[in-house]
Amino acid sequence: MRNIATLLLLGGLSFLLLVITGGLLFGNPPMLIGQGIQQAAPTEVGAANIVTAVVLGYRGLDTLGELSILFAAATAGGLVLGSTRGRSGRPGGFILRTGVDLLFPLMLVAGLYVVMHGHLTPGGGFQGGVILAAAFFLPLLARPQESLDHTWLSVIEALAGSAFIALGLAALFEGRAFLTPLFDHGVLGALVSSGSLPLLYLAVGLKVGAELASLLVRLSADDEGAS
Amino acid sequence: MIWIAVMLVVLTLAAALAVLLLENLLAAVAAASVVSLGVAVMFVILQAPDVAMTEAVVGAGLSGLILALALRRLGQATLDIDANEAEHDA
Repeated sequence: MRNIATLLLLGGLSFLLLVITGGLLFGNPPMLIGQGIQQAAPTEVGAANIVTAVVLGYRGLDTLGELSILFAAATAGGLVLGSTRGRSGRPGGFILRTGVDLLFPLMLVAGLYVVMHGHLTPGGGFQGGVILAAAFFLPLLARPQESLDHTWLSVIEALAGSAFIALGLAALFEGRAFLTPLFDHGVLGALVSSGSLPLLYLAVGLKVGAELASLLVRLSADDEGAS
Repeated sequence: MIWIAVMLVVLTLAAALAVLLLENLLAAVAAASVVSLGVAVMFVILQAPDVAMTEAVVGAGLSGLILALALRRLGQATLDIDANEAEHDA
């Protein structure tokens, strides 16, 4: 009985969706907002990477929402699955330890590069932050006895999150909308350009990195019973 | 270029099937990462490097790591199937 009800529900839902999609004209009219943004973004925001211009310049509020959702998800995941108890696994083998020692600085550089060049090349705070989190988690795989300091991670995360909101509030003091990019645009394509966008992405990168590193450390901590 | 795309689609679909069919959960997690990697390369071919980067980092790297850690937390992360089945029988 329940199966038939589910089937009926699914059938009706897919019928509705098919009717709606059947009425849509794909690619017609063409997406005008994309063309408009591509023409206006280099002069209005000054970021060579137009995706960043949209993510932080035109839709900064959405990014703030993404940050809060990620924060809620990471906190809930850490609470449900994690523990702050010690870690008692065996140390990794020679190849793992040497590989981690070799990879750690490279991943650190790659993560910082992706974060700092988010307004110039593909990438940005979220991607670079995840790379940074992975870089700091790798040594824990090789040496399970050591651990990252949760207090420091929380402090970094809180400061970075506050910095993002403070930069948004600073625009209000200049009489502009919340999270409007500040400062001069500078030269298109230079490392120091497009106003406050690199600062915003640095805040995003640090926050995401600290958050995810803390989540991974919590997840990998051992309970007494679990193997 | 079309042949690269076709090969990618076949590889991605095969990995997605493997996720469903593999007995070993840890191997299924690895196959799920392969699916994300295929999709990420597809994004590069479609000239969306930002999305590709996010997909590769989050889909192939982070979610695989989190799933594997969750498996270990649940006591399901074993490397050979026999031990896993023996645990189920017991």
